[in-house]
Amino acid sequence: MTTYRDAIRTALQTLLREDPRVFFMGEDVGRYGGPYAVSKGLLEEFGEDRVRDTPLCESTFVGAGIGAAIGGMRPIVEVMTVNFSLLALDQVVNNAAVMRHMSGGQFEVPLVVRMATGGGKQIAAQHSHSLENWYAHVPGIKVLAPATVQDAHDMLIAALEDPDPVVIFEHQMLYGVDGPLDTDATPPSPWKAAIRRPGTDVTVIAYGGSVPKALTAAEELEKEGVSAEVIDLRSLRPLDRDAIIGSVSRTHRAVLIDEAWKTGSLASEISAILAEDAFYELDAPIARVCTLEVPIPYAKHLEEAAIPQVDRIVEAAKRTVSGG
Amino acid sequence: MTLDISRDHALELLRDMIRIRRFEEKSAELYSKQKIRGFLHLYIGEEAVGVGAMHALREDDNIVATYREHGQALVRGIPAGEIMAEMYGKANGCSGGRGGSMHLFSAKRRFYGGHAIVGGGLPIAVGLALADKMKGEPRVTACFFGDGATDEGEFHESLNLAALWKLPVLFLCENNEYAMGTALHRHVSDRDIANNPPAYGVPADSVNGMDVIAVERAVHNEAELVRETSKPRFLELKTYRFRAHSMYDAELYRSKEEVEERKKQDPIDVFQARVLNDGMVTQTDIDAIEADAAKEIAAAVDFAEQGEWEPVEDITRHTYARDLS
Repeated sequence: MTTYRDAIRTALQTLLREDPRVFFMGEDVGRYGGPYAVSKGLLEEFGEDRVRDTPLCESTFVGAGIGAAIGGMRPIVEVMTVNFSLLALDQVVNNAAVMRHMSGGQFEVPLVVRMATGGGKQIAAQHSHSLENWYAHVPGIKVLAPATVQDAHDMLIAALEDPDPVVIFEHQMLYGVDGPLDTDATPPSPWKAAIRRPGTDVTVIAYGGSVPKALTAAEELEKEGVSAEVIDLRSLRPLDRDAIIGSVSRTHRAVLIDEAWKTGSLASEISAILAEDAFYELDAPIARVCTLEVPIPYAKHLEEAAIPQVDRIVEAAKRTVSGG
Repeated sequence: MTLDISRDHALELLRDMIRIRRFEEKSAELYSKQKIRGFLHLYIGEEAVGVGAMHALREDDNIVATYREHGQALVRGIPAGEIMAEMYGKANGCSGGRGGSMHLFSAKRRFYGGHAIVGGGLPIAVGLALADKMKGEPRVTACFFGDGATDEGEFHESLNLAALWKLPVLFLCENNEYAMGTALHRHVSDRDIANNPPAYGVPADSVNGMDVIAVERAVHNEAELVRETSKPRFLELKTYRFRAHSMYDAELYRSKEEVEERKKQDPIDVFQARVLNDGMVTQTDIDAIEADAAKEIAAAVDFAEQGEWEPVEDITRHTYARDLS
């Protein structure tokens, strides 16, 4: 068994060892070992040239990653959290995403940006948000959200091989999670959703840190005689429409889990996809389980109440199945 | 003072400044005929900066420019026809009609755009220089930006990062005294822009950006120092834009008298008078330059007119390496 954080470190090591164009930079990724201890030991193995501690200037070190990628390198940039990444949003949206198109295909940006996302650690409203949908909104970039140890490893490798800019969201509650890791297996396409648990009565769609909650909810539902299929989206842009529609066409019911706020969320987008392309497959209204419309609060009981939890998923699924 | 440059070189500099001026005048005319749309930012008045700088840099150096970049692009060698076609929005434009006036690109000429987010090109330049440094390429990345960009956080962050990591970036600040319509003294606390970079350990100098020879020398010296030391440097080019910020600008923020006064320093008039007085260049030479420029621009307009429109079916092309659908 390997932890999620160790799986990312293993992937970073592999990439840094195999390709001299690869380098890794971000705040406290070197001497400190990474804010989530992902990159511990990498500075010692690869040196200051390839594992770079940056100043606290998200916009400029992400922009420098874009420039270096255009200039023929393969940078992997870590931004400490999605909240901090807003300072670099200009570079991602106005440069990384548009460079290929705006230059008529002359310049590509093979850049990987990794960042932590999500709540659960009582670090309040400037460190706990889920803004994956902000990035998934933008054509020109791709967005991944690994929910398993295996995906944490495989998706980083796939992202680096991709010629387009890829943003990877790592839920901060997953870093310590254990799971199997097979570094020799041929990984599935990162751009396709996965059925993490097959079921027949209702489709529960989740991504990132919500996937383990969805699986726990499915176990509880089974005890109550409800068979839930759990879909892990894996890729948030592109969205695997076929997998979403395919599953709902079998179960005829959909519960969408998203740690973002409901308004304008990916859950809203998936609802729209289902309404557009699977409307006549639905036997019950779509249910969304999202974060309440408040900044994530500090106090434990308030934070837990704000973000999707197993009981809310179970309740939503039961409501959907019972038609109430 | 006698110029210690060759006649051929004087002719080259004059030719390129005149090419830009006539190209920009034609662009303004085509804008009023609605052949060119969107934003159009003319370089008229600032020609000595683009021409001097481009002649001082090496072909293998990287260029990052702003949305007022027709001049740099022309002198860098992007064919006038491809620039004009880009402004027409045609498929034979240098960015395939997807960029327009503000987003000229050329991989072949290491021309990395045409950036229209003020300050947004600076981190890109830092990254290009980082790539070169890591690969051991003896290249300088020349990054153009205006005085307005020095207000942006990315300016300060980029100076700091380039100095900290010892990256070969030449920061070229085209100070035309206005951040769009906001005068220098109304947007910076210290009007001496070159005071800023030394705080980050970046040596800084200023040069008269209306004097093409002075610009060429200063940029050459700075670029070679960047190359030798592999450390960033900063050069302020003091210039002035004679035309409106863009074609939408009614110029309510400055007087006609101010503009007329500054036109006395017209970089082309001044240089042309100087080389004529020196006897280095004759009126016949200038007539020939003007005739060539007119021919080049007529051919450019023709190239743009003849260009094809990109088929709408191909609209998503170049969004990703491969279409996602």
